[in-house]
Amino acid sequence: MTRVTEKPLETDKMVLNFGPQHPSTHGTLRIIMELDGETVTKATPEIGYLHSGFEKLGEDLDFNQYITITDRMNYLSPLCNNVAYALAAEKLMGIEVSKRTEYIRVLMCELSRIADHLLNVGMLSVDLGAMTAFLYGFRMREDIYDLFEMATGTRLTTSYTLVGGLMRDIPEGYDAAVLKVLEEVEAGSNDIETLLNKNRIWHDRTKKIGIISKEDAISYGISGPMARASGIEWDIRVNEPYSSYEEFDFDVAIALNGDVFDRYLVRMEEVRQSIKICRQALEKMPAGDVIVDPGLGYSLPPKDEVYNSIEGLIYHFEVTMPNRGMTPPVGEAYVPTESPNGELGFYIVSDGKRTPYRVRTRPPSFMNYSIFSKLIEGHMLSDAPAIIGSINVIAGELDR
Amino acid sequence: MPLATPHSKIKERFPDAILEVTEFAGELILHVKGQHNLAVLTRLKADGYNFLADLTAIDNLTLGGYERFAVVYHLLCHKTAERLTVKAYVPEEEPSLPSVESLWKTADWQEREVFDLYGIKFEGHPNLIRIMNPDDYEGYPLRKDYPRLGRKERSDFPVIKRSFKKEKRTE
Repeated sequence: MTRVTEKPLETDKMVLNFGPQHPSTHGTLRIIMELDGETVTKATPEIGYLHSGFEKLGEDLDFNQYITITDRMNYLSPLCNNVAYALAAEKLMGIEVSKRTEYIRVLMCELSRIADHLLNVGMLSVDLGAMTAFLYGFRMREDIYDLFEMATGTRLTTSYTLVGGLMRDIPEGYDAAVLKVLEEVEAGSNDIETLLNKNRIWHDRTKKIGIISKEDAISYGISGPMARASGIEWDIRVNEPYSSYEEFDFDVAIALNGDVFDRYLVRMEEVRQSIKICRQALEKMPAGDVIVDPGLGYSLPPKDEVYNSIEGLIYHFEVTMPNRGMTPPVGEAYVPTESPNGELGFYIVSDGKRTPYRVRTRPPSFMNYSIFSKLIEGHMLSDAPAIIGSINVIAGELDR
Repeated sequence: MPLATPHSKIKERFPDAILEVTEFAGELILHVKGQHNLAVLTRLKADGYNFLADLTAIDNLTLGGYERFAVVYHLLCHKTAERLTVKAYVPEEEPSLPSVESLWKTADWQEREVFDLYGIKFEGHPNLIRIMNPDDYEGYPLRKDYPRLGRKERSDFPVIKRSFKKEKRTE
């Protein structure tokens, strides 16, 4: 008598609705997963829960007003979005900014990159059960946000750039404050790596999970740390430098395996390189002005002049009245920048009016997330948080 | 390292597909007939433009152009760090053109987005459904003739009417 059944047990496939309100989806993502036991056989991401029509709205706001909208796209590193948009508008209008403006923009972009990467590594680790790394990362990110507050006045909705310059110069004593935070970040990122790099559980959860091959990365339009973790030597800061990046000395982090662990390693190395760039920017910070050239007629005069002199008031109205203000040429400009997630591009088409005809954001999260259904196939359900965490999907940018 | 196709000769290579080659702010733009996009892009990919950075569309309603819609491809060559913009023009009456999903997988979602927001159909796309808006959504929001305040949505919301009267408390 044999007790072993001849046929394997027949099981039905289960359909699981992952999200939109799941703690590890970081925002509002919905994934419809088909499960065979605990193995995911098919995953269909559904996006658009945060679609707010930013691109339509941009057609009705003038070039400087739209900068406040870019804050809301990648809400983890709003300064990078501000800079990217300002660069695109400046390219369209043919404006050159001062050297000091460019250096401050680099400094701010790199600080946001550090904050973004630390948060990403922290969230990835807390989703996989490593609470301490998350707390280390969050504490340092808080310090960096204090630096943003010192310079821009706000933590998240920074709106720091203007077309042709910056809202204001960095305050006095900013160097010392930044250097102090950078030291802490350097020590703190070492702590995170000490905790995780040789951690057996961390290896088991991240190694050989969600491998992206080099060919797939190019075909799916993947950029940034995700592409570099798959061995693509491409960093827009080096290959197509903008905003004086060619004057900085730093290395590009590359990994070869393309799994979750390598993406984590690339991000941690980029934090180190960003610290290096920040220090160089502070050291070499040129003297000069950051305000927009008043001759262009693109920025508002100081409030003191507006309230106390008739010329100032006239000038104020010259900028704000609907039939005055900016006069960009008829044309279009696409500017790619290296944001913490990858290639963040702004494509502006102008018909010569004071509002753009079309503003398109090339969101890195959108392209990076499109490979998700391919990555998760064949993996366990519990690997889904690891893969989502390593992609670093920002819903505000994904759906716009 | 120069590309296989020098930019000046690109028009000779596709005599019946390319309408015009223009340049603005250092960017080269190829204006292509809609139905020829796949042939031109296949050739450009073989020439070295291996990365489709961005795919979007423009509604030329008041801007003017060869046709009502232009589907815009931003290409990048990783070897030489050169970028190229290709604009494929699609008429208003029948807004459809071949899909490039077979060349780059990233076009899958991006073409769905263009279909969702502009109503341009991509022939040969494996799964052409809306991506941002719900499936039963009417209209194409990024078209220039679509009102910014939305059509019907706000006015169709069920409103709860208060039937009771506010009475003064007598205490």
